[in-house]
Amino acid sequence: MKPKHQRLLLAVVAVFALIGAGLIAAAALREEASYFYTPTTLASANVAPGKAIRLGGMVQKGSIVRAPDGVSITFTVQDKDKTQKVAYRGITPDLFVEGSGVVADGRLGPDGIFIADSLLAKHDENYVPKELADIDMTSAEHTKDTLSK
Amino acid sequence: MHRFANPARFLRIAKPLTPWLLWMGIALTLGACLWGAFFTPTERLMGDTVKIIFVHVPAAWLGMGGWTGIAIASIIQLVWRHPLAGVSARAIAVPGATFAAICLITGSIWGRPTWGTWWVWDGRLTSMLVLFFLYLGYIALSNASSEKGDTSRVADVFGIIGAVNIPIINRSVIWWESQHQKASITLGGSSIDQAYLVPLFVSVAGFSLLFGALVLMRMRTALAEMRIEARMRRMADY
Repeated sequence: MKPKHQRLLLAVVAVFALIGAGLIAAAALREEASYFYTPTTLASANVAPGKAIRLGGMVQKGSIVRAPDGVSITFTVQDKDKTQKVAYRGITPDLFVEGSGVVADGRLGPDGIFIADSLLAKHDENYVPKELADIDMTSAEHTKDTLSK
Repeated sequence: MHRFANPARFLRIAKPLTPWLLWMGIALTLGACLWGAFFTPTERLMGDTVKIIFVHVPAAWLGMGGWTGIAIASIIQLVWRHPLAGVSARAIAVPGATFAAICLITGSIWGRPTWGTWWVWDGRLTSMLVLFFLYLGYIALSNASSEKGDTSRVADVFGIIGAVNIPIINRSVIWWESQHQKASITLGGSSIDQAYLVPLFVSVAGFSLLFGALVLMRMRTALAEMRIEARMRRMADY
């Protein structure tokens, strides 16, 4: 075998080993590297109440209830199968609308309601001009299945 | 492949090609950015913030494409000892790092009004930041070798190993729940409206040509420096 071919073989083996290692590592991180729980994964994860976690999903249509004090709200986060009730006190982000994505930092209360300390809006992968008349501007509902894959 | 191994032949092609790439790149980039900034509609939820994609997406593409180039050049350098492979890998590193940084900065500026935060440690953002640090490491490593044209073997190995991060960046939003949205443009199509998609493609093409021009310029500079060094050494021998 010529030295050149030896090096080629070595490089090919090394590249395949690397790709394999990367894939195995990524698969092992599947749960840990997720940025948030969805209602479905949260239901099966057995998270203790009071433990700091993140919850993500779509804001269920018609679920936002604003309390008379003006800063307290409750709403429901949903994915394809499950829902999770959330309570939050504070200013909501501009993109926080019913039917659109949300990521909440917080903890499960003893009554099973998720108490959020902070809310982040989550944008989906759709880019649609405002002028398109047939779309309800206050909702991103047509993209519901994009988040809850 | 060894047809272009001769630096003189490479220079004969690279020299006239550089101004073409440069001016076409500048024209397309400027055109696309002006088009994107002033002649695209506001977005349904994001408003005018959407217009940052005309810089953010090309920067992300070139940051990742740059490292892919470094990895390929490193393999060629290791296996075939191609005289131009090391030169090209080193030439890609600095523009690649710059575009990775532009991607991170523009993304952060977009994230503040859209998500409500400058930064989160989700899979996509973290792996992109890792890419930027990999670039810095590669630049330091390849500069540590004294030869102008050659990259050290350590740098080549580093270039190949670092390529593991590229598919991770690409898949991060599919493998893991993340703050960052999933891919808008896939092989299956696009979920970006035509009004944004067309200038976006022009912008990607423009920035890519600019990137090519930068890399060729840096390669020619490196080759010129190598010639100066070689001549100095010959003169010192007399």
